Amino acid sequence: MDQSNLLEKRVGVFICHCGTNIGGFLDVEDIEEYTKGLPDVVFTQRNLYTCSEEGLSQIKNGIKEHNLNRVIVASCTPRTHEPLFKRVCSEAGLNPYLFNFVNIREHCSWVHMHERKQATKKAKDLIRMGVARVRLLEPEEDIEIDVEPACLVIGGGIAGLTASTSLAKRGFKVVLVERDATLGGLLRDLYKLYPICEDATNVLEGRKREGESYPNLEILTSSEVKEIKGFVGNYEVTVDIQYPRHGIRIIKVGVIIVATGAKVLIPEGLYGYDGKRIITQLELEKRLKEEREKLKRLNNIVMIQCVGARGDKRAYCSKVCCMVAIKNATLISRLNPEAKIYIIYRDIIQVHGTEYEDYYREARDAGILFVRYHPENEPVVSDEYVKIYDEMLGEDILIPYDLLVLSTPLVSWEDASNLAKMLKVPLDENRFFLEAHVKLRPLDFATDGIYVCGTCHWPVSVPEAVSQALGAAARASIPMANKKVRVESIISEVDKDKCIACGLCASVCPYKAIEIKKTEGGKKAEVISASCKGCGSCGASCPMSAITMHQFTDEQILSQVKAVLP
Amino acid sequence: MRFPDEGVSIKDEGSKTEFSPKILSFLCNWCSYAGADLAGVSRFQYPTNTRVIRVMCSARVDPIMILEGFVQGLDGILVLGCHLGDCHYIHGNYFTIKRVKLTHKLLKQAGIHQDRLYLDWVSAAEGERYAKMIAWFIDEVRKLGPFGEVEGIDAEELKERAKVAQGAARSDKLRWLAGKEIDLCGEERIGIQGKNVYGEQVSKEDYDILMNENVLNEYTRSGIISLIRENPLSIKEIASKLKMCPAEVLQHISILEHAGVVFLTEEEGRTPRYIGV
Repeated sequence: MDQSNLLEKRVGVFICHCGTNIGGFLDVEDIEEYTKGLPDVVFTQRNLYTCSEEGLSQIKNGIKEHNLNRVIVASCTPRTHEPLFKRVCSEAGLNPYLFNFVNIREHCSWVHMHERKQATKKAKDLIRMGVARVRLLEPEEDIEIDVEPACLVIGGGIAGLTASTSLAKRGFKVVLVERDATLGGLLRDLYKLYPICEDATNVLEGRKREGESYPNLEILTSSEVKEIKGFVGNYEVTVDIQYPRHGIRIIKVGVIIVATGAKVLIPEGLYGYDGKRIITQLELEKRLKEEREKLKRLNNIVMIQCVGARGDKRAYCSKVCCMVAIKNATLISRLNPEAKIYIIYRDIIQVHGTEYEDYYREARDAGILFVRYHPENEPVVSDEYVKIYDEMLGEDILIPYDLLVLSTPLVSWEDASNLAKMLKVPLDENRFFLEAHVKLRPLDFATDGIYVCGTCHWPVSVPEAVSQALGAAARASIPMANKKVRVESIISEVDKDKCIACGLCASVCPYKAIEIKKTEGGKKAEVISASCKGCGSCGASCPMSAITMHQFTDEQILSQVKAVLP
Repeated sequence: MRFPDEGVSIKDEGSKTEFSPKILSFLCNWCSYAGADLAGVSRFQYPTNTRVIRVMCSARVDPIMILEGFVQGLDGILVLGCHLGDCHYIHGNYFTIKRVKLTHKLLKQAGIHQDRLYLDWVSAAEGERYAKMIAWFIDEVRKLGPFGEVEGIDAEELKERAKVAQGAARSDKLRWLAGKEIDLCGEERIGIQGKNVYGEQVSKEDYDILMNENVLNEYTRSGIISLIRENPLSIKEIASKLKMCPAEVLQHISILEHAGVVFLTEEEGRTPRYIGV
């Protein structure tokens, strides 16, 4: 496409239905009709999913057939999909900086689900503001920045250890920071792992030995991350080391993997939990590890599922507890085939996949009984019995117990928010780390160069934690292997003719990226491009309007403000 | 006026007859925009009144841009950034505080209710808080009524005043005062010890007085320029229109003349008249 003549603005607007995510709540046809009448808009199209193969080729065709030199996609958030659409523009021969995103999903259809008329009006306003901006966009080139070929892994459980080892194997420098004195996380307390009853200690020790064999993997235990500065490619991390000698280390890395794990909920005040005769599955694992002889002598074992989970306080299913209960029940039944074992579960028992279904069948064949309870009719625990209303029989049954095991969910660490703040990444409502996109970027954060794996993200089993860790390591190795990352050219520039070298821009720059220099035309402010991060503070200060904040110019922003009202 | 955090519930939008405020929000890419995204992902419902402009950092928001919103006749404007200490650009949001403070002073000078502009912080994890804050601000603005109502000034007149305030926000003096406050008065929270050229820390109280004086002066000068932009007027005429004493007007005119933004037009009869550019 001929880009030489950018004077004539030809704007194409692609409006996404996002299935029913947008289409179900906004009148997309009406929005399209309205958009056709906006200045310089020469082409509009509605897509079922603009991000699908079909949608993307519709953008490419639109650019080619209608000679578009400005493109708008009105769909979801630029924080996840902007790179994709920019790349498509680029593939169609359009400078990707001539693309503008309008968010009518996260900021509109999803938050105004019962306001069809008003939300449709809002979407039109947002698109009008987008058109105002896109008309003023100018072509630019990306800038490349160097990547420090080192990775920080936070958390030394199975996920962190696996990710570290995988990266070390590829030859990258890795620093693994673990706040406990030993590595292993939750795995240290587990006995056997489902579904093949592998010894947890063996799995852990094997991984540890492999990790320790790489000289390029540095393991810091009894250490905590205290501060994180910088951006993808150039993070500066302050680590507080408690042992063997107290000290502070500054580590430079290009990427970061978060694998801080989770902990098991201690069910204080639930079903008479006392940590002795009424215990958690994790406590049972320890007894299976250390006190098998004692367990052998018990005749009646009862397990209750979903304790402290799937309720008002914690709405989520912890996913692993059903399998843990089946596994531990099976192990006890192998120790003492005469034991009567009950698993009291709530509405469903989670056994997904072929292996796990077989595992469940084996447990049933071994005589383990599964009894269902309804959330409205929770089991009642007395000193000797668990009373439960059996729906099939239509009456209460009393199950005696010598040991009552409560299956409690994995919960996030209370201080997860401290780390989230340092990393500037989000947590969900349960304080688990929130990925950039649940389907498209499940191991990335929206912030470039930071990745997530294991139970700090969501409760997962060991095999899942391992595959996530390998995935996160693969993601993290991309910028390190490329040695460079391309970042958007959002930097400021000084118009030397207008500049009076007052120096105000330099004093409001958080990065000291502006210097006053002597030039032929006298003293002038000059932006050091490599240091400029694009906040735009200088532009908001300059008394001479001499600063162009690329991609966020005064004119572009003012045009949006002026377009808020029709 | 401060978002109370506790006890805010999100109501459905008011009945159709009720006034529905037009609100613009400036959101920073890394925190508040992400917080708004999270509100969406979590399906937290809030009223439809806000329109969003994304900037990389709240420090990009120029008082001129905020005032443009009022020139357009918007009923309320939000500026939301990262929490202090969490700014993606180290401490960019501390400059936002100063710029919004200046804008508040200009609004007061122009007779625009200061609660129409609100600055706060929303993190990427605070989707629910974002939704609640939006609902709360819409309610607050609804209490103020349409642009001009609580002020008791005709909306068109008030827009003109916003334009005058915008002119003042362009002045190098006010931009300097907003931009230099941290350097001169210091900011403990980011470890900056303020000092002037003599190495002395300027007191915040003194700075505020200086700021107020300059806001008044620059607003007045901007008002004079806008008055004589198209038709030249004499000192006396300007003074009577702005209800000021002629000596004061003369003082401002001479400063403006010196700055090259006001010129003496040809003498007609004997009264010198001035025109602004």
